[in-house]
Amino acid sequence: MMDQLPALQVMLPLVGAPLIILLRHPVWSWAFATLVSVLTFLVSVALLLQVSDGSIIRYSIGGWEAPTGIEFYIDQVNAGVALLVSGISTVVLVYAYESIKRSLDSSRHYLFYCGWLLCITGLIGIVITGDAFNVFVFLEISSLSTYMLIAFGSDRRALVASFRYLVLGSVGASFILIGIGFLYAATGTLNMVDLAARIPDTESPRAVLVAFSFLTVGLLIKAAIFPLHGWLLNAYHHAPVAVTAFLAGTATKVSLYVLVRLFFSVFGTEYSFGQLFLNWVLLPAAVAAFLSMSLVAIYQTDLRRMLAYSSVAQIGYIVTGISLATQTGLTAAVVHIFNHGMVKTTLFMAVGCILYRTGHAHIPSLDRLMSRMPFTSTAFILAGLGLIGVPLTAGFVSKFTLISALIEQGWGIAAGLILLSSVMAVAYIGRVIYLILFRESRGPAVSNEGYREVPISMLVPMYSLLALSLYFGIFGGQSLSLAGSAAETLLRGYP
Amino acid sequence: MNPLWTLLPPLLVVPFIIAFGERRRNWREGAILFAGFCLFVINIIIWRATLAGEVQVSGEIQILSQYSLKLVVEPMGVIFGLLASFLWIVTTVYSIGYMRGHNEKNQTRFYTCFAIAIAAVMAAAYAGNLLTLFVAYEVITLSTFPLVTHAGHAAAVRAGKVYIGILMTSSIGLFLPAMIWVATASGTLDFAEGGVLSGAGLSGFSLAFLLGLFVFGIGKAAVMPLHRWLPAAMVAPTPVSALLHAVAVVKTGVFAILKIVTYIFGIDTVSASGAADWLLPFTAFTILAASAVAFTKDNLKARLAYSTVSQLSYIVMAALLATTMSVSGGVMHIVMHAFGKITLFFCAGAILVGAHKDSISQLDGIGKRMPLTMAAFFIASLGIIGLPPTGGTWSKLLIAGGSFDTGMWIWVAVLMLSTLLNIAYLLPIPLRAFFKPLPENSDAEHHDHGDAPAACRYAIAVTATGTVLLFFFPAPLTELVAMIPWR
Repeated sequence: MMDQLPALQVMLPLVGAPLIILLRHPVWSWAFATLVSVLTFLVSVALLLQVSDGSIIRYSIGGWEAPTGIEFYIDQVNAGVALLVSGISTVVLVYAYESIKRSLDSSRHYLFYCGWLLCITGLIGIVITGDAFNVFVFLEISSLSTYMLIAFGSDRRALVASFRYLVLGSVGASFILIGIGFLYAATGTLNMVDLAARIPDTESPRAVLVAFSFLTVGLLIKAAIFPLHGWLLNAYHHAPVAVTAFLAGTATKVSLYVLVRLFFSVFGTEYSFGQLFLNWVLLPAAVAAFLSMSLVAIYQTDLRRMLAYSSVAQIGYIVTGISLATQTGLTAAVVHIFNHGMVKTTLFMAVGCILYRTGHAHIPSLDRLMSRMPFTSTAFILAGLGLIGVPLTAGFVSKFTLISALIEQGWGIAAGLILLSSVMAVAYIGRVIYLILFRESRGPAVSNEGYREVPISMLVPMYSLLALSLYFGIFGGQSLSLAGSAAETLLRGYP
Repeated sequence: MNPLWTLLPPLLVVPFIIAFGERRRNWREGAILFAGFCLFVINIIIWRATLAGEVQVSGEIQILSQYSLKLVVEPMGVIFGLLASFLWIVTTVYSIGYMRGHNEKNQTRFYTCFAIAIAAVMAAAYAGNLLTLFVAYEVITLSTFPLVTHAGHAAAVRAGKVYIGILMTSSIGLFLPAMIWVATASGTLDFAEGGVLSGAGLSGFSLAFLLGLFVFGIGKAAVMPLHRWLPAAMVAPTPVSALLHAVAVVKTGVFAILKIVTYIFGIDTVSASGAADWLLPFTAFTILAASAVAFTKDNLKARLAYSTVSQLSYIVMAALLATTMSVSGGVMHIVMHAFGKITLFFCAGAILVGAHKDSISQLDGIGKRMPLTMAAFFIASLGIIGLPPTGGTWSKLLIAGGSFDTGMWIWVAVLMLSTLLNIAYLLPIPLRAFFKPLPENSDAEHHDHGDAPAACRYAIAVTATGTVLLFFFPAPLTELVAMIPWR
């Protein structure tokens, strides 16, 4: 049984999804999806415990040994990411019940939960697979289900957002496919460990170079790295907010994981950063991302859009860490993938609570929300402080590490720019907190008196995630040491 | 004794404050007084143990891979801890009179945030490394924000925006990177005797730049041009202005600078490298300019606020001069100025509650109605100016002596000039209160008021007496200052 865990990790949600189509009942399909998600989460926990001593699980599907067959390759790095995906999925699913009940016609609920399970199948599959082509397959599963989930948004702009994501997402996926094709042509293998071994002495280095370029661009699109982030804004804005909360914590993070895995483990740190100067592509993009997007976020009037811009900016921080290609830099990137995932999901869940009661997320009419929805407001404020990076929150741990990584390399200017963008974060989060706490409505008074707090089934998941992020803010030493060993694994490449 | 104990009373009292609430306000305030008493006793125990040479450290929480939160007792912190905990009791007594006399709303929230701020001040006082100090610093900013905006009207909210805007931006934009720089350069954030940067191999320019990041990043020290938040914060109820914005919050700022100069840079490194040379003019300018601005203010609290800005820069200057004598003077000035300025604020609040007046031009002849208050005001003014028989004499003397030592006469001149300005803006207030006649028909619209509420008067009497006692009995203080490990 324990040997089959890697397969279960993907099979549980994959088999669960069609079963939901058979169930059809809105409440039962939700309950079943949650159950599957919980089981998947438990499997992730078990897998992480198995590899936490630094060992590696290589699981051959159907008994066909790699490199002939397809294998799942699980080490500390991707077991952690799988845990993030299944954990956030579980938390948000519990939360989604009330939220979806209000925004979606009950006859379509089963489709929504089916899409959800397919989405986590895809995301977890991407993470744990050890086969390059398999990455593409799972990427398509997750992308297609994501298009569907986004299209469930309550107004018709969701369809446009979904379609635009579909176009850009398909471009990205095609690029990735072409890249994988070139790699196969150059090396004759698709297994990632095997690829890593064969790339250095390939006979056609130009094909590898082309593959590298296609893969880079494809992944930059999927990870919404500036300036290829256009799809993300509308998708986050118009999707059902539970979907946004889930995607914000997982989807871009998974793409970033693939990016890291390919650059560091498959192509090798020396090839990517030493010969091809990838850092000179990534770093300017990252700096431009966190500066411009933080600035734009200040001027948004919709809470979801503001947080979407902030997400692109935060991805910029992660990419900055990656582009350093040092132990500390990569540690910062890995730890920020987790910390930001938790914080941003909490924030979107709080936005969902606001939407649940007010029906809109228009920032100027949030005034005095504290007096009407104290629990939601408190969660938003605390998570917002985490986004800024106030000490004792998770954001502080990652930002501290990232800045020390930059100073260590002598990139003081980049460190200064990160602080500048943090100050902008103070501005855009502070503006919302200010409105939540104090009245300052100048426009026509929106009559939103008398809101009550949201149901407890929305508050509990939101607060549990918040508590987790605060825990990692106070005991950041633990998450940093885990991230540190993950970074070490990545920098070392495949054994 | 484990310094962690100092965090317990102010934190444990919070649930009681909330539970008693507005309905049982005597119980609520009794609980705070009890907590204040316990806190003071704990600080005294720590003080005695420090004199006995005991090593007092807390456990650690590992919030970053190599850096942790921890508390360590050292003499400078003992002074600050004793000061803040003693004045918390006095201020609580004063608040009881003031908040009730002034019919303030949301008193429970007020006392809650106040207690949390005090806990954070204790953490800052006994911070064992720079990270702990930074965290405590941020907690103080956040917990005092609701106190600044307490009144809730538009002006208070606007002031709150300035307050949090300047303090947060400077601390994240300058203080944080300075701290990270120290961490990467020296590999440690611990406060160590003689500093940790002497062997870190930073160039003179880097040291100067780093010190500048600290001086301006610690916005609570209110060195111009980062002083705007302090006058803005005066919109808060007077007990907040008195304890937090004359003592606890602002003193955390200068205390942090003193600690950083002593235990991170090391005073020898600062004086040898000349890192502080470019910063001294800023402090000198602040001392003089703030005194000049204070002179123009008719609102009593605004005048006192600018006076605080000026006095804080004395301490920053003392730290930057980086001689044993000047830094000792700076540490002592924390205490001396605290007693003087808290008395002045108490008096300002008493005048507001008792006579409903907040401008200096309205105070003619008020000394006949509020003799004790205005007498205390006079004594405390002497303390700020630095004249005997008040404690301010000693600290000012030491700071001036320290600047003599460095041979930079200009800073001595600045100090003396500022003393003259102090006389010019402070002494006319009690003089006018005692010697000018009451304007005619002034009480047409006011009831015939007497002195401030009894609780306020007790508090004023205690701090004014303290100002004088510190002149005659500075020994406990100097004893602790002498224990500071300079090298």
